[in-house]
Amino acid sequence: MPQVTLTVNGQSHTVEVEARTLLVEVLREKLRLTGTHVGCDTSQCGACVVHIGEDSVKSCTILAVQADGAEVTTIEGLAAADGALHPMQEAFREYHALQCGFCTPGMVMSAIDLVRKHPQGLSEQEIREGLEGNICRCTGYHNIVKAIAAAADVMQGRTSELARAAAE
Amino acid sequence: MNVTTPPSEGIGASVRRREDLRFLSGRGQYTDDLNRPGQLHAWILRSPHAHARIGGIDTAAAAAMPGVRAIYTAAHIEAAGLGGVPCGWQVTGKGGKVMAEPMHPVLASGKVRHVGDPVAVVVAETRSQARDAAEAIAVSYTPLPALPTMAAALAPGAALLHDDAPGNVCFDWEIGDAAATDAAFAAAYKVVRFETTNNRLVPNAMEPRAAIGDYDPNSGEHTLYTTSQNPHVIRLLMGAFVLKVPEHRLRVVAPDVGGGFGSKIYHYAEEAIVTWAAAQLKRPVKWTCERSEAFVSDAHGRDHVTRAELALDAEGRFLGLRVETLANMGAYLSTFAPAVPTYLSATLLAGCYTTPAIHGQVKAVFTSTVPVDAYRGAGRPETTYLLERLVDVAAREMGMDRVEIRRKNFIRPDQFPYQTPVALQYDSGDYEATLREALRVARYDSFEQRRAEAKARGRLRGIGISTYLEACGIAPSKLVGQLGARAGLYEVANIRVHPTGSVSVFTGTHSHGQGHETTFAQLVSEQLGVPLSQVEVVHGDTGKIPFGMGTYGSRSLAVGGSAMVKAMDKIIAKGRKIAAHLLEASVEDIEFSNGQFRVAGTDRAKAFAEISMAAYVPHNYPIEEIEPGLEETAFYDPKNFTYPGGCHICEVEIDPETGETEVVNFTACDDVGRVINPMIVEGQIQGGLAQGIGQALIENTVYDSEGQLLSASFADYAMPRAAQIPAFDVSTSTTLCTHNPLGVKGCGEVGAIGSPPAVINAVVDALRDYGVTHVEMPATPQKIWSIIHSKGGAALPAAAE
Repeated sequence: MPQVTLTVNGQSHTVEVEARTLLVEVLREKLRLTGTHVGCDTSQCGACVVHIGEDSVKSCTILAVQADGAEVTTIEGLAAADGALHPMQEAFREYHALQCGFCTPGMVMSAIDLVRKHPQGLSEQEIREGLEGNICRCTGYHNIVKAIAAAADVMQGRTSELARAAAE
Repeated sequence: MNVTTPPSEGIGASVRRREDLRFLSGRGQYTDDLNRPGQLHAWILRSPHAHARIGGIDTAAAAAMPGVRAIYTAAHIEAAGLGGVPCGWQVTGKGGKVMAEPMHPVLASGKVRHVGDPVAVVVAETRSQARDAAEAIAVSYTPLPALPTMAAALAPGAALLHDDAPGNVCFDWEIGDAAATDAAFAAAYKVVRFETTNNRLVPNAMEPRAAIGDYDPNSGEHTLYTTSQNPHVIRLLMGAFVLKVPEHRLRVVAPDVGGGFGSKIYHYAEEAIVTWAAAQLKRPVKWTCERSEAFVSDAHGRDHVTRAELALDAEGRFLGLRVETLANMGAYLSTFAPAVPTYLSATLLAGCYTTPAIHGQVKAVFTSTVPVDAYRGAGRPETTYLLERLVDVAAREMGMDRVEIRRKNFIRPDQFPYQTPVALQYDSGDYEATLREALRVARYDSFEQRRAEAKARGRLRGIGISTYLEACGIAPSKLVGQLGARAGLYEVANIRVHPTGSVSVFTGTHSHGQGHETTFAQLVSEQLGVPLSQVEVVHGDTGKIPFGMGTYGSRSLAVGGSAMVKAMDKIIAKGRKIAAHLLEASVEDIEFSNGQFRVAGTDRAKAFAEISMAAYVPHNYPIEEIEPGLEETAFYDPKNFTYPGGCHICEVEIDPETGETEVVNFTACDDVGRVINPMIVEGQIQGGLAQGIGQALIENTVYDSEGQLLSASFADYAMPRAAQIPAFDVSTSTTLCTHNPLGVKGCGEVGAIGSPPAVINAVVDALRDYGVTHVEMPATPQKIWSIIHSKGGAALPAAAE
């Protein structure tokens, strides 16, 4: 069986996998990082989004062997070592951008990549279109869009409602 | 100790959710995240045919494959004496005829009746091994005629799906006074007619279903971990009817559950399969559904075909309503299925209007499709859509304003309690108030300017209104028992006050996105005067919670919260006795507020935690009169349904070049009774609106003539995405429920109930210059483009399909 070495959330892992094993299966079943979810089997829903390097990737759409040598960040690796949440996590909580929480890890990982790739900021429409690959059945997206806008302000050093709320 | 609840934590505060931290950190514990030591994996082989006879099942090759530990078919299930998957509701139709209730086998026996019907189960060391082996099972099928639609199933000479359901009819049922309705129509100034199909939907909670069976040979206890909205109901249905295991030997755990919307209420065969297989193999067995599998095995929603007639007088008052519905049950009766088109739908035919005479008929039909059951709103969206489209059609045919015709027929606030002609008695509401507020927020008065401005840009703008009422807070047990429910629908709360005054709340409801851990903690914190941080809410485990009926029908706060209030009342009553002893006062003089037991009119008081400590360390205690400890259980049975209502206003723009509809504004003003956490309530409404807009514009479940499901993946079924859903203007306007102690009505379903007709009314309004009077859901770009670009446009038939 092929051997794959991955750095996940800063830790190196070498695992044996069947050639057909998907990255998400390694994360969930071999490394027991169950924060990354599987919501579909056609690469539509985005619940499995992780970062490989700086890019968001649907981990159900890449074989583990293709990810050999990759630096992977999952939802478990987002918070700081002292437990402080990433501004995107913080904003999702502040704006009630999650209900059942199942799409949330993928939504947060996609949103961070979206914000990073738009250093000049994002309009509401750009956020909505940027979430094309992530489905949420609970929230109606309203609060997800608000949370991402607020987190973008924090991540990009602008004053925002969120920053003000956090300061209070 | 002198603690009071900060106002930022109690009833009315938008407390941020305590469940969020684990979900945002990847530490949620959904069923598929759990793994039991020594666990095996199940894969289910499903029917590729809509309707076929099973000749033989050859499992020899599969059984020899690596890792395979067992293969089960109907023969094993029958030999083990397992029962069928039960239905929880028995409808009695016209002439006292009880519904046809064919056997719903755990694994298909003799015949398959829909694509996706489970035929065999492979249990292996890994999921891949189980799946590979399932592909090696050879089943010989003799195809029979598919019955993918109700028309096909009801056609003369149609094949029978079940031998014991003649004509493929489940029941033929009626409600209301036919003679009085006929008389109303005879006296009518005008009769308006409307026909529609309420499109079939797939609920698609983002977490696919999963189940793990476990068995302890020492104790004989079975444990099922499952994606359920109601673990106690699963324990009852699976234990008593399928596996025949008594409750004390069966624990059902529903841990974090990733959305339900109704689809995770029902007892599914897979739950029984893994629980039973684990006991056979003495090893845990896990099954996790794939999304494409979910499309052919999770219960679908809606799928009613309805014809309605409304009789009006010359002033536009509603005199009578006649409704005939065909309701698709799918291939087997799912847990709640018979109740959806009847007691959850036809009983709402009065809506928020004073229509004095109503007659409704429902014929339920078996088809070779996935079973149909409650999906967010369950029957009420179907009736609301029918009524609110019918009212718009009536306004147009009467030459009346759409707002005016609604106002003229509203039940007024001074008419409550209001007895409808279709069994229900509404307790409270103010439909004018929610209408007025929604019209204001939506800037309804200036709409024509926006229409003209859009026209100048080449876009067709329309506005639509829906004023709706629904019944939830399910349900008074005696009443639903008379209507055919096979269970009570009360709720249970156990409140355990610990010695130092912290509180554990055990509820029989279940949270799968609704934020109960926060809302219920706010309620208990405020009532007992204990800080929020000192209250935990426990749900989802029959091993911890005394009993419960679960979460559906917007019942958790109205029924489950009321049970908590009742249990807290007992806690406070006992606390007063303890305080009276400690304060050397009479019980009648002890008042309780803000966490203090106080002798009325004095500053002599004991804090809540002092009382709880005394209860558990009863050194100075009225031990002759009352037991130590401070823990109470309450069962609350609601006196009536609750009746949320409100007004939704949708504004759309249609691009005539593409036929695409954009929802540009959506306003909702809903009366959900008292609001505990406004942030959570608004979130519930927003989510419901998105599902309603999805139904109205894009979602549809399509079977072909062979009974193959064409919309069977997220690549084929149109789930709403962020860019298709607008920002919402959501608000609440409150009248209190009069019969539960909190005055709450329920907010989980109103968004999905009120919104579809608002969207379609707006679409029809946008297309009014094309002579369009109706567009069936979903109003897809193709459908609208075809309307706009058909020859002449204005020459279209009245109902554009």
